[in-house]
Amino acid sequence: MNNTLLILKQEYLKRVKKKSFIILTILMPFLIAGVYGLVIYFSIKDDTEERTIAVYDATNLFLGEFSEEGTTNYHFIPKNEYETLKTNLKGSGYYGLLFIPSDIYSNNQAQLFSEKQLPFELTEQIERKLSRFIENDKRQKVIEESGIPDLEERLSKTRTSVNLSTLKVSQSGETKKSSSVVAFIASYAMGLLIYFFVFMYGAMVMRSVMEEKKSRIIEVIISSVKPSQLMAGKIIGTALVGLTQVAIWLVLGGIGLVVVQSLFFTPETAQQMGQSIMESQGQMNPAAMQAAQPNQVKEVMEMIGNLNLPLILFAFVFYFLAGYLLYSALLGAVGAAVDNDEDSQQMVFPVTFPLILSIMLLFPIAKNPEGPLAFWCSIIPFTSPVAMMARVPYEIPVWELLLSMGLLVLTTIVCIMAAAKIYRIGLLMYGKKVNIKELIKWLRYKG
Amino acid sequence: MELFEARNVNKVFASTQALTDVSISVKEQSIFGLLGPNGAGKTTLIRIINQITAPDSGEIFLNGRKMNRTDISHIGYLPEERGLYKKMKIGEQAIYLAQLKGMSYRDASNNLKKWFEKFDIMPWWNKKVEELSKGMQQKVQFITTVVHQPKLLIFDEPFSGFDPINANLLKKEILNLKAEGATIIFSTHNMGSVEELCDHIALINKSKKIEDGPTDEIRMKYKTNIFDIKYRGEFREIDLALGNDYKIISHDESDKANTLKVQYMNGKSNNELLSSIMPAAEILAFEELIPSMNDVFIKAVEESNKN
Repeated sequence: MNNTLLILKQEYLKRVKKKSFIILTILMPFLIAGVYGLVIYFSIKDDTEERTIAVYDATNLFLGEFSEEGTTNYHFIPKNEYETLKTNLKGSGYYGLLFIPSDIYSNNQAQLFSEKQLPFELTEQIERKLSRFIENDKRQKVIEESGIPDLEERLSKTRTSVNLSTLKVSQSGETKKSSSVVAFIASYAMGLLIYFFVFMYGAMVMRSVMEEKKSRIIEVIISSVKPSQLMAGKIIGTALVGLTQVAIWLVLGGIGLVVVQSLFFTPETAQQMGQSIMESQGQMNPAAMQAAQPNQVKEVMEMIGNLNLPLILFAFVFYFLAGYLLYSALLGAVGAAVDNDEDSQQMVFPVTFPLILSIMLLFPIAKNPEGPLAFWCSIIPFTSPVAMMARVPYEIPVWELLLSMGLLVLTTIVCIMAAAKIYRIGLLMYGKKVNIKELIKWLRYKG
Repeated sequence: MELFEARNVNKVFASTQALTDVSISVKEQSIFGLLGPNGAGKTTLIRIINQITAPDSGEIFLNGRKMNRTDISHIGYLPEERGLYKKMKIGEQAIYLAQLKGMSYRDASNNLKKWFEKFDIMPWWNKKVEELSKGMQQKVQFITTVVHQPKLLIFDEPFSGFDPINANLLKKEILNLKAEGATIIFSTHNMGSVEELCDHIALINKSKKIEDGPTDEIRMKYKTNIFDIKYRGEFREIDLALGNDYKIISHDESDKANTLKVQYMNGKSNNELLSSIMPAAEILAFEELIPSMNDVFIKAVEESNKN
């Protein structure tokens, strides 16, 4: 069997058989799903705590207006009870004490006493009740004063919520519905994904090289195979591990999606959910209730469909592989050049700095994908895997994409050749503190 | 018939000259000792033979042909600084290393099992390297060096880390390999083992080869014409008979048989010394002292450092 293939197989099997790989690969989707599940669960979970809020109303206007909502009850109390409760809330059985001062109409201020940290929903609920009552009351007075009988009806008709649907005109003159939000999320996610994979698997290559050097098996290995074969086998083998992991996640994700859909999303439950979402939106913002359209989900799907998915997928695979090759070759060379962890950390930073920079700039790039920052970052090869990936969902000019890819391929080839040289010299170099200057010197060595 | 030859090999690292015009030739089915102080350039030469580094100038031949990359599958190399993958099971690891040398999985597995039996480490086949003692790891390492039946074997300090019993086992195996047709280049600082094993040696000091030849001849070359003589008779008589052409280094008359260490100056011969003593005393034993490899090494290197 070809030596590169042998090494590739060895590296691949070694990693895939590792317990940590199996655990991480299988648990990760569940972990992510679990975290999201928990977040969703807690955010939509019914607040089950029974609360009673004591209300002292100095205006005497609100009695009967505070209806029970959710698990929160309101109990109106006279002034003398308020005075005692104010200092002895503990043990009174009341969760909180609301004081509505007589000047609330002019000051828009009320007070809520409690010995606990109050949940956000509760304060929001009380604020909403108070504001709406006062607003309605004031409006009613204005209507009465104006003498126009159907003013209320006419006013409510003035409520407007404009929905901006963005249409992109392609060169052929076709218009497509696009959503900058969908594109933004897609570009941000892709940039992050590339970053994590390049970093994680590049570091894996580096550690593997360091392990061979530290255990001193390296001399036996390179008396059997060429260092370039060893490096190629290692890098490709590790890349396959990464692809395996992604494939497993895709399969697990697909299965998960089907299971979740069939379990929870029957047509009725979907309808119910849609309704409850609209209701909750309506509660917070009455204007949105009218704007909410039942076919919003369909529209988002349409927008995702209108992203150039084949291009995005192609670009993702390309930038993933090229970025990984570039950085794993460099990190492999670092692993060969150093012989202890301390030195490696010092060397890893300058090598991976462009990658870290590109992840820091990901947000501004995804926000303004046509700006000069986005342009340059996506052309310069060391930042382009992340930066260009963040721009691709926005349908950038073809020449920019080609230029970026071409430069990346060229740089990757040059870097692999340089790395191979450093790798070969570094592997058998022990006890020497290596810095960037020293590495550049190695590049000039012959033989 | 020469199996291996290096001609006028030069190598410079940055500013240090590692090898200067070094040539060696190794006969088939012999053990060649590559000796020299630390930092002389032995490891560099060995790495050049293994195609790990390329010489700046000079050529190397295997079987009369210029060596190329594919020849390394005919070499077995045990480096001085050695190690194994710590987390890997030793059986699996040995098969992997043998495959890298071009063996098929099945051949590797079969041959390795024989060697593991021979070295008594079969029960450790499925153990990880980190669970093994140092000596056991050395055995595994030795096996992985020889398992693919290479024509040329290179051992760099093979005995380090072995206890005397296992060192003997190893010596026996090295001689066995030679008997079966292997050619061995052997680098060590253990001069005792050089005397025992090597047919031929080359001595390198400060990047230059300073001595090269069959082990016996080299030792003879460094002899200083000193003789151990056992005799019966009077020392005074001998002293008188020998005169100024000979130098008496020591004498001892306390034993039943008197002994004497004597050195003759250049221009004299063994027989002349013998015939000068014979009239003065009865000779019981007459033996020339051949310097040990240790003495040869020290003397040669010191002389070369003076120049």
